[in-house]
Amino acid sequence: MTGKIRGISGPTVQVDLKGLKLYERVYVGHAMLTGEVVRLEENRAIVQVYENTHGLGIGEPVKGAGTPLTVRLGAGIISGMFDGLQRPLERLKDEMGPFISKGTEMSALDDTRKWRFFPLREKGAEIAPGENIGFIEEGAFKHFITGRNASNKKLSSIVDGDISLDQPFGEFDDGEEIMGCHEWPIRVPRPYRRKISSSQALVTGQRSIDFLFPFARGGTAILPGGFGTGKTVLEQSIAKFADVDIVVYVGCGERGNEMAEMISEFQTLKDPRTGRQLMERTILVVNTSNMPVAAREASIYTAVSMAEYYRDMGYHVLFLADSISRWAEALREISSSLEEMPAEEGYPTYLASRLSGFIERAGVVETMNGAIGSLSMILSVSPPGGDFTEPVTQACLRTSGVFLMLDTSLAHRRHFPAINWFQSYSLYAKDAIGYYRVQVSAEWEKLHYSCKEILQKEESLREIAEIVGIEGLQDSDRLLMRTAEMIRSDFLSQNSYTGDAFSTPEKTCAIIKGIIGFHDYAVGKLKDGLTLEKVLRLEDPLKEQIVK
Amino acid sequence: MRLSEHRYRTISSLAGSLLFVQRVFSARIGEVIRVLSPDGRTMVGEVLRIEAETILVEVYGETTGLDIEHTTVVFTDSVRKAPLSPEIIGRVFNGSFEPIDGAPMFIPEKQSPVTGFPINPSARARPEEFIETGFSVIDGLITLVKGQKLPIFSCSGLPSKEIVAGILTNARLTEKEKGFIVVFAALGLTFHEYSFYMKALEEMKTGFVAFANMADKPVMERLLTPRFALTAAEYLAFEKGMDTLVIITDMTNYCDALREISTSREELPGRRGYPGYMYSDLASLFERAGRIGGMEGSVTMLPVVTMPEDDITHPIPDLTGYITEGQVVLSRELHQKNIFPPVDVLPSLSRLMQKGIGAGRTREDHREIANHLYKYYARGRDLRRLEAIVGRDGMTKGDILMLDFADTFESEFINQGTLRRSIDETLNTGLDLMKRFSLGQL
Repeated sequence: MTGKIRGISGPTVQVDLKGLKLYERVYVGHAMLTGEVVRLEENRAIVQVYENTHGLGIGEPVKGAGTPLTVRLGAGIISGMFDGLQRPLERLKDEMGPFISKGTEMSALDDTRKWRFFPLREKGAEIAPGENIGFIEEGAFKHFITGRNASNKKLSSIVDGDISLDQPFGEFDDGEEIMGCHEWPIRVPRPYRRKISSSQALVTGQRSIDFLFPFARGGTAILPGGFGTGKTVLEQSIAKFADVDIVVYVGCGERGNEMAEMISEFQTLKDPRTGRQLMERTILVVNTSNMPVAAREASIYTAVSMAEYYRDMGYHVLFLADSISRWAEALREISSSLEEMPAEEGYPTYLASRLSGFIERAGVVETMNGAIGSLSMILSVSPPGGDFTEPVTQACLRTSGVFLMLDTSLAHRRHFPAINWFQSYSLYAKDAIGYYRVQVSAEWEKLHYSCKEILQKEESLREIAEIVGIEGLQDSDRLLMRTAEMIRSDFLSQNSYTGDAFSTPEKTCAIIKGIIGFHDYAVGKLKDGLTLEKVLRLEDPLKEQIVK
Repeated sequence: MRLSEHRYRTISSLAGSLLFVQRVFSARIGEVIRVLSPDGRTMVGEVLRIEAETILVEVYGETTGLDIEHTTVVFTDSVRKAPLSPEIIGRVFNGSFEPIDGAPMFIPEKQSPVTGFPINPSARARPEEFIETGFSVIDGLITLVKGQKLPIFSCSGLPSKEIVAGILTNARLTEKEKGFIVVFAALGLTFHEYSFYMKALEEMKTGFVAFANMADKPVMERLLTPRFALTAAEYLAFEKGMDTLVIITDMTNYCDALREISTSREELPGRRGYPGYMYSDLASLFERAGRIGGMEGSVTMLPVVTMPEDDITHPIPDLTGYITEGQVVLSRELHQKNIFPPVDVLPSLSRLMQKGIGAGRTREDHREIANHLYKYYARGRDLRRLEAIVGRDGMTKGDILMLDFADTFESEFINQGTLRRSIDETLNTGLDLMKRFSLGQL
């Protein structure tokens, strides 16, 4: 079934091909560029092309693939690096050289690589839908192979040993082969039995998040901030140290050099929990800002489908996207080339619904075979001009559970992570604090509220101090300013280039306990009539204890 | 591939630099076309949009004098390419890659499409080698490294021109002298600026490739010039193994040209009338900076952006800041104090600095000196506000020391006039300053 190109406008192409379905994959032009049908009319279809349309000519052939845009799911995804259409960038480089040329098709997975397969069920066993038949050793992970479509069919054969993905792993009694990989349409959420409300905290290793605005497994967090506020550094720190099994990181319309830096770092750094290379638990999806815009739109769906695939094996997966604003801009660009009616700032009216549909793919689920897996999301947002009233930030706010506002003035003071402690919030705080109270320290909740109170009081004192000078304040207020200063510089700020980049909840608790403990002690001494200077002289031995 | 050129006389409408051609048999997006005007002139243009048999064409030249009946459009079946050869070094071209230095055109070794191809992210090498600009404040605190893109955010009236000229003549690599080329692209240049830069280039004699798009040239050419410059830089970097520094001034003119063309195409305007795709468009330029693993050569970029109304949240500096790896911000206040270069250290930042400094790159104590200078200067700047309220007499001795430090830092470290300072001199100046105020234990 082939047709011809009838018109080209930016990333969209009109074709005269009949019999196409909506969201079907299409190959466009002599160069076989990948595209997707976005609109069907009586005699023509509009195709969104995922590659640069430069040089594409009228009358060139168009072919429908018969399937929607899919990702290939199977062993070999972990520690891989893909573009927005799941082309493997490493192998692409080996074959095509350092620059990406157009129309290169390449399977995401290496079909010839041999994997060690361990069967869990024997020949003759009856397999329920979604049941694990066996697993492949993929690095540190058990990569489960399930009987996806098995409706209580019997195994008639099963392999035990080394096997590549292009060979069947076994066979059912009705003759259906069991394959090690399959295709999944990226815009369709993968099925699960049910969603579970999350109550478990997800440790990020960032004190300001874990302590002040805790994150939950299966939750979503957004990090909006102007440029230079450290969105990327914070996302990467979380990607390094978060307490999850697998990390999927999407560089969506961001810098290429950052990705180079991240790869070389992830190949040298070790996971603090397992001692393995960080790259061995990471999947990278990269569509830098100069790569085609439409593929940027697809990249987050490609990535989330891979994340869901591992979630379905019962793993805890963290999905990070930097930045979702670039995705929204890609959506806007496509929408405007389709000449759709624009809403606020030119974004299409369906921005918010698309976004919430996407964010809802996060959650803790009971998988098809009864295991518990989770998919948590952290999305950075790049509001133009640092203005948080813009549509993308606002649309994210409606569906996300943690809002971490990155503050330009904190960044200028080199306070990193530049999370503003007055504007940010976490809807998971109550459950998460309860979790930390049980897991780490009974005092967690009390410390949490005292810390917030001290920071709040400091803010109101600061205005007075700016007028009368700090010496003009009462001793108790000066003490409070001092404590708040300590909280800010010794507790909330965390240098991601040193050993302090990762803080365990125990360490987090010990530091804040030390600071607030001394504060309470000093307040007592002040009440006994000592001057602040005398009290502070008592501090040094105590401070040494804290450091230890 | 077509065997012959196609000629059409089927223009249906003309508006500004846009023209519609009807009943075109085959055309491709980005195809170069030639427009033959009734008075015998030839102009170049490009295919923008194809709607069945109607083609929208953008013309790069002056469209005055074109008409519907007699104007001929020739489709050439090729996309826009840049002629390349090592002989471009030391030459000055106009915005359309034609020599304007009096010497004849060179014979191209090859032709490359001006849009280039994106670097595969997995092929990139991490930028980590220091480039010395000769300005203390940049080298010391906002260090530039090979493969980085670091814009200069200026305000109108500030001496960005002099800073650019300083970097043009002074920039070099520390370890090796050979193979370092500055590619200079000037966009929307007034004649006054043009003669200023030409003088600087004449003094350099060689080690540069220059492109000058004058202010009175059609705006379409302004969009093309930086692409020519980058294609030339990529060629020298990745095919000839040279380290190139691409200086583009002024990106604000580029963005205004982009807005003008977007409006004439009747596209939906975004913030302040700039098109919604400006981020992607700017990224298609800036992201061409980088290094490639296993290859000699690099492309480093130093674009200059003049912030309209001194506003850093204006779409142009804002989007630039989101793409680039840091920024050098100039300050009107420092300029008033007669400090050159008037770089405001506090909002300035080099994201890739951490990897490019220290032992083996610059000097072992670089990081420590930079951190201390920044910290004390920021303290001093903070205290200036307090000084304005309570007065100098009401302040503690320690605070007054900080105020004095901030002043001296501005007048001795940031301020250096047109003299070049090596990285050693820069760090020693900083060290000496801290010793004088007995700050830090180095």
